[in-house]
Amino acid sequence: MEKFMLIFHGGSDIAPEMKSPEAMQKHMQKWFAWVEKLRKEGRYEGGEPLEPRGKFVSGPKQVVTDGPFAESKELIGGYFIVTAKDMDDAVALTKDYPDFIFNGKVQVRPVQKMDM
Amino acid sequence: MELPDEKVQQLAGHLFRHEAGKMAAVLTRLLGFQNIELAEDIVQDALLKALNTWKYQGIPDNPSAWLYRTAKNKAIDLLRKQQVLKKIEGELVRELKSEWTLAPTVQQLFLENEIEDSQLRMIFACCHPAIPYESQIALTLKTLCGLSVNEIARGFLTTEETISKRLYRAKEKIRSEKIELEAPSEGMLSTRLDAVLHTLYLLFNEGYNSSHAEMLLRQDLCADAIRLCMLLTQQPKTNLPKVNALLALMCFQASRLDARQADDGSIILLKNQNRTLWNQELIARGQSYLNSAASGEELTDYHLEAAIAACHALAPTFEQTDWPQILNLYQLLSTIKPGPIVDLNKAIVTGYMQSPQRGIDELNKINGLENHYLYHTALGDFYLQAEDKQRATLCYQLALPLTTSNQEKQLIEQKMRLCEIS
Repeated sequence: MEKFMLIFHGGSDIAPEMKSPEAMQKHMQKWFAWVEKLRKEGRYEGGEPLEPRGKFVSGPKQVVTDGPFAESKELIGGYFIVTAKDMDDAVALTKDYPDFIFNGKVQVRPVQKMDM
Repeated sequence: MELPDEKVQQLAGHLFRHEAGKMAAVLTRLLGFQNIELAEDIVQDALLKALNTWKYQGIPDNPSAWLYRTAKNKAIDLLRKQQVLKKIEGELVRELKSEWTLAPTVQQLFLENEIEDSQLRMIFACCHPAIPYESQIALTLKTLCGLSVNEIARGFLTTEETISKRLYRAKEKIRSEKIELEAPSEGMLSTRLDAVLHTLYLLFNEGYNSSHAEMLLRQDLCADAIRLCMLLTQQPKTNLPKVNALLALMCFQASRLDARQADDGSIILLKNQNRTLWNQELIARGQSYLNSAASGEELTDYHLEAAIAACHALAPTFEQTDWPQILNLYQLLSTIKPGPIVDLNKAIVTGYMQSPQRGIDELNKINGLENHYLYHTALGDFYLQAEDKQRATLCYQLALPLTTSNQEKQLIEQKMRLCEIS
């Protein structure tokens, strides 16, 4: 099994009718169910949310700028580390990602191994 | 904040919805009733933040405290802005304007007993007599129960536009009448409380009777009415006999919710209900509230309706129901709340106790229910029992176009088929 990082972009285009407390709670329940499924299959290694703020540090002069974080529709909301046989298998794991309906995207990236 | 390995996490019931109602009450008290939309925005932001954090990390140990902390911080950030502060009105304005007292004041309002106090003030404000009843109910559901416009519209089988208009009218009144989140004074309490109870009664009935709306939503409306009524009984000032009577009535009625609807959604009448499905815990609660209601001088229609509901809830079978007692209670009820609906119920009970013909005679004396399907169905039922299938069919034909509910139409059509057989 290989490690993959699932990076979640966007997903904040929550439709107005989904913004009710009840609908939000139900939506969160879908995330819990998805994580639970991955965990049961032994695929889930961990994950964290990222706050919608931060800084960019760039160039040899290490210029610090405020990133266009809060405004960005493509903002990274968080990531999971999962295990999968190969890329196809890893892609298949995103099937139940609940935020597709909110125009969310998942970036699937193999974690590079240090082969000795 | 690890996700537990075993089972999928389930947040308690309607945590988001209930906490949204509490936070909206607190924040509205903080910012003033005129700024209720600002309060609603903060609540929305706090819930969104919870969604976006918890979905990765699972539910925190104390989800309510997490939400309150988030809402508090958002409110404090907002109140540091001059243009927001300018709009703030109400009793706390002075405290909020000083950096020394801002945070402690916000903290203080999020303490448990203060949350309850804010909710209580909010109930009285939403049910302010200057606001039309329909708008009161919509506003109560939106702010205190955390329902969205879309969900309220679904519950009432109407359009979002209609509900938005009702809310708009409510907010207009809040502005024009300068309604604030105050606890009513001693002298005003009893009359203002009557308006609150009436709204909660309507809210409960909306959930209980609207058989066309989605089943789950209906149960939620009933549960919310009970929850808000319980809040009133938990506060010494409003824990009055009539409040307990209304709460008892709601508990008895709600105890039958599961037995009232078949799997296919059709209605099961009291007579045919499986009484083992009645919720005994709710019946016991109903009895205990009814006992608490039996003090003081005032005998309200809630007392009598609760007592009637108790007779039904405690009867082992339909036939063993204490009909004479129910008839007495309806007679008393018709003296304090006279009207054709009470007469209709009296006539039906008389028919059960004596003979279908007596029921028919009593029903024929009633005026004013010509457009009420229940009147014609009751008459049809007695004719059917008296083997007069022709007249029964005529009654059911009159009843059919008078209800919009599909389940009720089905029920009437079933009865019409009974008239055709043999």
